[in-house]
Amino acid sequence: MTQRPAPETVQVVKQRRDTALRALTDGIPYLNYLGVEFDRRGDELTAVLPYRDDLIGNPMLPALHGGATAAFLEITSIIVLSWSIIWPEFEKGDLTVDGHSPLPRLPRTIGFTVDYLRTGLPRDSYARARVVRAGRRYSSVHVEGWQDNRDRPFIQASGRFLMPQSHG
Amino acid sequence: MSNQVAQQFISALPHARALGMDLVTVQDGGATIRMPYDPRLIGDAETGVIHGGAVSALIDTACGAAVLSHPAGPMSVATLDLRIDYMRSAVAGQAIVATAECYHMANSVAFVRATAFDDDMDNPVASAAGTFTVTALAGKS
Repeated sequence: MTQRPAPETVQVVKQRRDTALRALTDGIPYLNYLGVEFDRRGDELTAVLPYRDDLIGNPMLPALHGGATAAFLEITSIIVLSWSIIWPEFEKGDLTVDGHSPLPRLPRTIGFTVDYLRTGLPRDSYARARVVRAGRRYSSVHVEGWQDNRDRPFIQASGRFLMPQSHG
Repeated sequence: MSNQVAQQFISALPHARALGMDLVTVQDGGATIRMPYDPRLIGDAETGVIHGGAVSALIDTACGAAVLSHPAGPMSVATLDLRIDYMRSAVAGQAIVATAECYHMANSVAFVRATAFDDDMDNPVASAAGTFTVTALAGKS
């Protein structure tokens, strides 16, 4: 009977995943400029856009700028799509995520369609994306953003992406 | 009058100011806005290319300004939907200029298309189409 190797400790697992996520987000300066953060539960990511005065697009209402919230959803889509590619690789050990080695190139946006469902209020926003179709060359992602109430999204979008080709 | 509203529109938008946007021209349902290259807006640290999201913000702003400058005289505008196609990456280091045109104004909805360029004016970076809600058409009494 062969002896099964001891399971990794939770600290080792968490550190590997958090390092991979940080390596991914560090590659996108615009993400850090907007102040987007990611809340990770296992492989599920929730993006957070903390409220800031300079995200306002309509000072009369006031309301968040539609461009800022669209950017938030596009960032969420790209991170979630990249994350879904690298996750099985660094979990298997095929990809080193020490924070120094380069990650695979990011997917490139071909098109992005946004529906504005409600006014974006001057408070924190959240978003989750779902990879609807993951192809070798093209992928489609659906993403939804909400504020106070998960069942009342204020924005949704679908994006089409060209996958990095260095990645077989 | 409507031009004035549009001029105020961009200078009063905190997020447009934060991205350094500059109104180039605006009149009769058309608007051109320039966004200078800024390392904070990079979408891929390896290439230095501006993130698509920042281009979205520029195009959305140009579309809103175009609607506000329409002769029908809308008093407020909000994006309903916006579709952007990215034809190529903008060249790192170059400003991006978006031109938007409100080609049809209905009672409560404005229809807009837009194109964005860097220094190469023959090859657009992105094109877009969107609809916007409008209120109080002053010119349409």
